Amino acid sequence: MTPPSRRSESSRTPDDSTIDGLLAAKEIAIACGPGGVGKTTTAAALAVMAAVRHGGKVLVLTVDPARRLANALGLEGLGNAERRVPPEAFRSAGVKPRGQLWAAMLDTKESWDALIRRHAPDAATRDQILANPLYANIAGRFVQSHDYIAMERLYEIHAEGDYDLIVVDTPPTRNALDFLDAPRRMADFFSSRLLRWLIVPYRSRLVNVASRPFYSIADRILGTQFLADIAEFFILFQSMYDGFVARAGSVTRLLSDRRTTFVVVSTLETVPLREAEFFAAELTRRKLHLGAIVLNKVLPDTLRSAEATAVAERLRDASAEVAEAVVPALSAVDAELGRADQVQRVLAEVAESFLNFRVVAVREAEARSHLATSPDVLATAPFFDTDIFDLSGLLRLGGAVWGE
Amino acid sequence: MPPPAARPPEALVTGLLDLELVFVTGKGGVGKTTVATALAVLAAQRHRRVLLCEVDAKGDVAGYTETSPAGFDPVEVLPGLWAMSMDTEASLREYLKLQLRIPVVGRIGPLAKAFDFVATAAPGVREILTVGKFCYEVRERHYDMVVVDAPATGHIIGQLAAPQGINDLVKVGLIRSQTDWMLDILSDPTRTGLVAVCTPEEMPVSETIELAERVRDETTVRLDTVVVNRVLPELFGRSEEEVFEALSLPGPAAALAAALPGDPTPVLDAARLAVTLRRTRATHLDRLRDALDDSVEMLYLPYFFTRSHGLRTTRQVASSLGEELGL
Repeated sequence: MTPPSRRSESSRTPDDSTIDGLLAAKEIAIACGPGGVGKTTTAAALAVMAAVRHGGKVLVLTVDPARRLANALGLEGLGNAERRVPPEAFRSAGVKPRGQLWAAMLDTKESWDALIRRHAPDAATRDQILANPLYANIAGRFVQSHDYIAMERLYEIHAEGDYDLIVVDTPPTRNALDFLDAPRRMADFFSSRLLRWLIVPYRSRLVNVASRPFYSIADRILGTQFLADIAEFFILFQSMYDGFVARAGSVTRLLSDRRTTFVVVSTLETVPLREAEFFAAELTRRKLHLGAIVLNKVLPDTLRSAEATAVAERLRDASAEVAEAVVPALSAVDAELGRADQVQRVLAEVAESFLNFRVVAVREAEARSHLATSPDVLATAPFFDTDIFDLSGLLRLGGAVWGE
Repeated sequence: MPPPAARPPEALVTGLLDLELVFVTGKGGVGKTTVATALAVLAAQRHRRVLLCEVDAKGDVAGYTETSPAGFDPVEVLPGLWAMSMDTEASLREYLKLQLRIPVVGRIGPLAKAFDFVATAAPGVREILTVGKFCYEVRERHYDMVVVDAPATGHIIGQLAAPQGINDLVKVGLIRSQTDWMLDILSDPTRTGLVAVCTPEEMPVSETIELAERVRDETTVRLDTVVVNRVLPELFGRSEEEVFEALSLPGPAAALAAALPGDPTPVLDAARLAVTLRRTRATHLDRLRDALDDSVEMLYLPYFFTRSHGLRTTRQVASSLGEELGL
């Protein structure tokens, strides 16, 4: 008998209306959303929680974690390799996970090299491409190569079947949709008539009538040698055409697979939220599974309490009287603390600070109630006053997202 | 606000606002577009003719100026302030017309498409069309100042390094002959400068430090200013903070509750959140200050509680920016 896995018919009943249920039911969770909202940290927190609660092998595939977070996950300077987060790290955070947590960084250049090695028809072509002076430059930037490689890497890891759950942090993109389009664009790029146009004359040394104006201008602008370099590179690349296009198709299919879900992460600030809503709508339009929206950095509810607000307003309006009333008690603690003018200043600042943050909290609560999309799961995480850079922090964040 | 920088305000004025070409970059979500727009507004208020250009056109500039999104052709959105968004194909079209005197008629459609394709594939071509457009506007003195809402930190290096890269990769051809004058403009610290926007948080600060190193090592452009956005107000001095802490002790807390009357805990908690946040962020700011060259100006913009978007925010940020610049 094999040991029961995370997905076996065990005690748990899948409940898709919680993050817990969502991640128990899916094999791939793609965290996406605007920049600066804590996407990387949230993805890591989801993976940590799944490893702790569900067990099995959970991988977080991350793009660009903060150094201290990378350290906590054991990723410092490790490139593409998947590494297990040491169990001691969990022990010192005071938890005993049911499963294993693994982590990997996405190294674009290394992943491209691996891709070339896989698809090159022979060793000579492979070496020619890897040694081509344009390759390094191109691998780094063309047709959203970073976005493509993230999805490609996800496909590869998933296809190997080593993990029960893969949580993916998506790269920061110019446009949040770039990475969804990346596989298709990659296929388009390689099947493009233009690419053939560009390459043909350098193959046959014969420029046909239709493309002559293009080449004459291209030559004048770019210089013949440069154009020839580019062409040579793409002639080499063409030999991998079939492999690439088939692969891009598989990657696209994986994104719309039932086992894949998307988790949109945002804050309640105006600009990120608008981008997140657009993204959520676009996922729905493309029939991709919008599993959850995680609203991060939500200010505490007490900021909106009418009672607390009334207290803050009284404190602001009557700071002198209140200060006088509190001075004796403060002086009893320490004579230095009982200076009425200083106490008044402190009280006024306290009141003002509350009222300032209250405005933000009220505005953001309003934004939340008008959220244009209703996903299966709407989770929130509070505004933590310190950075999250270790497993305890991730567990705190994860616990909040879990609704605990 | 943190203490002012070492350079006297007069020197600052000749720094940022007298530049002809300013690239504004920053990690996503730190307020890059807000600061770029505010800088342009500030310069326009001081009677400079300003072109504000969005590179990753998402129409955010329109949101901060309350106008419709601009295309490649500049539109005057506020007095003295023109806005446009970069479009490499349109830039190529303009380039062909101006530089090569190739008539832009008929078959330019597929041709431009083909070029777009080459530009996608060939390193630096798209970047040079983008940067080239800005350098061209500067060279022709169509505007006093060109402010670029540039790509996020990860992508800006490629753009700024493109002319040098093309110089190295392409030995002949018209593009090659164009890079020299572009480099002249980009490499002149009295004409061109980079502004990095960040917030006092761990990742934005780390990215800014990394950006400063890469700008120095890989480009000829000077990092002129780092704008630290959304700095929380300092609530208390040291002795005031002791008073604040003591307010939560049983005796003072009871006196406070009786005097108000009401439970002061949520109000004190909110202030504590602000104090802790500010303290955490101060350590990141120290790290940033230590890592940057002394020649890089640091400007601090406050966190605005009342609004976070729209022309009102732009005006507030512009006014704070003006104060920081000693105007």
